[in-house]
Amino acid sequence: MRNPADFPAKPMNDANGHANGTSSSALVYPSDSPQNPSRDPLVRMAGIRKTFNRDSVNERVVFTDFSLTLDRGSFVSVVGSNGSGKTTLLNVLCGSIPQDGGTVEIAGKNIDKLREHERSRFIGRVFQDPSKGTCASLTILENMALADNKGRPYWLGRGVPRKRTDVYRGMLEPLGLGLENQMNVTVGSLSGGQRQALALLISVMTPLELLILDEHTAALDPRSSETVMELTERVVREKRLTTLMVTHNLRFAVGYASRLIMLHQGGVTLDAARGGCSVEDLLARFNEISIETGNGV
Amino acid sequence: MDVFLRLLVNVLEEGFIYGLMAMGVYITYSVLHFPDLSVDGTFPLGACLTAALINIGAHPLAAIALAFAAGCAAGAVTGFLHVKLRITDLLSGILVMTALWSVNLVILGGRAVLPFYNKPTVFNTGLASLLTGGLHKRRVLLLVTLFAVIVKLLLDLYYRTKSGLLLRATGDNAQFVSAQGVDPGRMKVLGLMLGNGLAALSGSVLAQQAESANIQSGTGMVVMGLASVIIGSSLLGGLRWIKATTAVLFGSVAYKAALVAAMQLGLPTNYLKLLMAALFVVALITSQTASKTGKSLEGRRAHAKSR
Repeated sequence: MRNPADFPAKPMNDANGHANGTSSSALVYPSDSPQNPSRDPLVRMAGIRKTFNRDSVNERVVFTDFSLTLDRGSFVSVVGSNGSGKTTLLNVLCGSIPQDGGTVEIAGKNIDKLREHERSRFIGRVFQDPSKGTCASLTILENMALADNKGRPYWLGRGVPRKRTDVYRGMLEPLGLGLENQMNVTVGSLSGGQRQALALLISVMTPLELLILDEHTAALDPRSSETVMELTERVVREKRLTTLMVTHNLRFAVGYASRLIMLHQGGVTLDAARGGCSVEDLLARFNEISIETGNGV
Repeated sequence: MDVFLRLLVNVLEEGFIYGLMAMGVYITYSVLHFPDLSVDGTFPLGACLTAALINIGAHPLAAIALAFAAGCAAGAVTGFLHVKLRITDLLSGILVMTALWSVNLVILGGRAVLPFYNKPTVFNTGLASLLTGGLHKRRVLLLVTLFAVIVKLLLDLYYRTKSGLLLRATGDNAQFVSAQGVDPGRMKVLGLMLGNGLAALSGSVLAQQAESANIQSGTGMVVMGLASVIIGSSLLGGLRWIKATTAVLFGSVAYKAALVAAMQLGLPTNYLKLLMAALFVVALITSQTASKTGKSLEGRRAHAKSR
């Protein structure tokens, strides 16, 4: 996790930090993808407003007028310091928290009225905490069988269909983590890296419109985080998933994504296509922001 | 020796009857981590409904089935209060338990006790009437064992179905259930329905064995159920090949045995509920020191905090 490319996450000026929508000095790299006329938008967030603890001393304005469009098939990395709105963005998208205003559309359909569990039929999400994506007291096999049944009713049918076991084994083998030999072991006894790899695999077992990676390598040791990131890349490529990845690892953000977005105070302060922005550029931008907002370097 | 045998039979009979309820408490408490107090109301609900039904000539098995259904309905109310109206878990249970007191009184026609002596029950008709000689003498024990084993096997089967697996996942990680496109609240309601259905079923069987229903029979049922679950899982939980349902049934019998032993040693009956609570505390403490790790311990801690 303590990787040279990681930037030190600093709290932005929370004391007087009311978000102002877009940063005055938005740095937009020339890029072809976001402006490409032949783009096929999958996710469209428009005019999102969100304030926490409104009218109290703890009031925190995260979004005043936030808009973001994600193209079908793109792999978008989102970076930004703490409090920049990354997590709120994902929570609004997944329906974990309601937005105060604005709309979220996926594949042309407005999903504002859908609850979190209804959205999860077409949005997969992998969390930072490896224990969130799997069920500790069930075995690997049972976890996979439940995920495999997503979108269909959970009634009194056999929980783990016998004939699917070999299919699941075939999915585990390419991970190279030896999970295929522990399919009847409860997930709680696996390591964080193994659990996260399984969580990723589970979240993409049924067809998805959008995969959300919520700092999914942040809680892992450096080696596991590389393994999980490589697995992510393979899964996304094989399934041609539209992916939104929030990360603090700038090397991952730059290396794997087709588009890179930096959030700052609830607005997009940088939006670049692949190759339009290097780790050094990002670090420079972070430092700029730090100086602008008076945090020093 | 004859006295000892009679006591043993009595312990087994009651252990298995209350074991039905304890298996229900296991669902709410250990699987869902939900401290459900409505059991104190749903247990007598099953008993009262059975008495009323048998008095108007219903078939004993139909009475058991209807008692189960009524328990499920009461559990659904607890679930509704908690999941939809966002009332805390403990309070939802207390509210349902309190409301059921009136419901039970109404069912018994305003009486506190409703006997149905010499009416058909599962212990004197059907399968019971086929037993002869020595077997007939032990028909109650044989039949409650049969009930307990059938319910245990059905639950074991259920835990392996899609619904059962998802129910187990709900207590463990509601986010995971949500990620499978299912509302975790709905699974909680389902678990509460099952748990309270079993409590009412247990009450129904007890009423048929006693040939009367008592509105006060629910007092202390939560404590008894929890004690059975905790004793069972701490004594047998470490053995992987023992199913949770088996451990709970065993715990129920062990708990009954301890109560009966204390009574035999001369403790006045008035102290029964006090002893029940004290035994529960002992079981809780010993199981905490016995196993420092494990899922069931986590559940107990969560429970202790929420109290």
